Amino acid sequence: MRFTEENFQQEVENSKGVVLVDFFAEWCGPCKMMGPVIEDLERDNKTKENLKIGKLNVDESRSVAEKYKIMGIPTTILFKDGKPVGQTVGYQTKEQLQELINQHL
Amino acid sequence: MYDTIIIGAGPAGMTAAIYASRREMKTLIVGREIGGQVVWASEIENYPGFKSINNFDLIGKMQEQVQSLGVEIKNDEVKKIEKTAEGRFAVYTSKDKYETKTIIIAMGLAPRRLAIPGETELSGKGVSYCANCDGPLFRNKTVAVVGGGNAALDAAEILSKIAAKVLLVHRSQEFKAFETVVDEVKARPNVEIFLNSEIKEIVGREKVEKIKIKNSQTDEIREEAVDGVFIEIGRIASTDLVADLVERDARNQILVDEKCQTNAEGIFAAGDVTQVEFKQITIACGQATIAALAAYQYLQLKQGKAAKMVLDRSVNHSAPRV
Repeated sequence: MRFTEENFQQEVENSKGVVLVDFFAEWCGPCKMMGPVIEDLERDNKTKENLKIGKLNVDESRSVAEKYKIMGIPTTILFKDGKPVGQTVGYQTKEQLQELINQHL
Repeated sequence: MYDTIIIGAGPAGMTAAIYASRREMKTLIVGREIGGQVVWASEIENYPGFKSINNFDLIGKMQEQVQSLGVEIKNDEVKKIEKTAEGRFAVYTSKDKYETKTIIIAMGLAPRRLAIPGETELSGKGVSYCANCDGPLFRNKTVAVVGGGNAALDAAEILSKIAAKVLLVHRSQEFKAFETVVDEVKARPNVEIFLNSEIKEIVGREKVEKIKIKNSQTDEIREEAVDGVFIEIGRIASTDLVADLVERDARNQILVDEKCQTNAEGIFAAGDVTQVEFKQITIACGQATIAALAAYQYLQLKQGKAAKMVLDRSVNHSAPRV
């Protein structure tokens, strides 16, 4: 799914369960390579009810990127019950992200 | 059992896969990052056939070609390689194990690190190795750039248009970059240059807050408040994975002969990871071609077959059979 400034509070911060957010930008090479990885992860985890996976464009949703001090992209943050519990910076493989998710599910 | 496993999914790995699969070798690519260092480039203007091509378009085309030949690309990191019986190899990722008769190492290069306190801890929290990727996150902030080659000067130039101020820190007196870029950077009013200087420490709690710069001539240490540090001090071969298997040079590059063979039987290497002087996409592709055909020849010889005619079908299809 797509996270934005408008829906971030509702979909992530006030959400029960686990949410993986991929902070990306159009101009960032490694972010582009992460795109399909995130989409694959979404597909693989579709049936899990207490898990959401999606992307946030740091240009369009600057306030969220600033709030979470995003200073390198791609960054992924794993939220549990609205609180960040895990973070990665730089390109990650599907296996690495799945492992991060599984640790907190 | 694979005939060959290619480690690395950049241009060298992709080319090796094309050639290996055309020789009907059972081939697998295991690569940490699809596209390799091309991901960090932008427009590519020296790959024949394209006057100018976007880096992702080129990666996409290579990937499509490889996959259309039926080669699987595993986007994963190789953690361990073991020699097994009869000169075969076991290749391990964190979860999987693959067996193969030959290996082609095409892992490319990784950004060199400063190895100073704070660098690892603040990586992604202000410490960056990619001005193109992370530069725009530092709009109107103060950043430092470390290095004196083309990559560093290019980064300083890009960042001077985004950040409020750029500190360019270089350990010697002269820059190694092209004069035109150096002149351009020197002319920027918001770039301050520190020559004969090294960053000794990056300080910050949740994010980069300041750096300590030491002047090697005066031994003076200055503290400067910055929000980001861009490290552009070149690229290195990160080949510890194969340290016990193949011979390397002082810079950890893998030594290969004219047939891209390492000193270990059955292990070949191609591209930037080898001792080749010029690190170029076309050279990586050329070496990968040699490596794949040499691996094929090696397997043929092992099976007791004559391997004089190792020609790719692309040039052999109309040749008369002798």
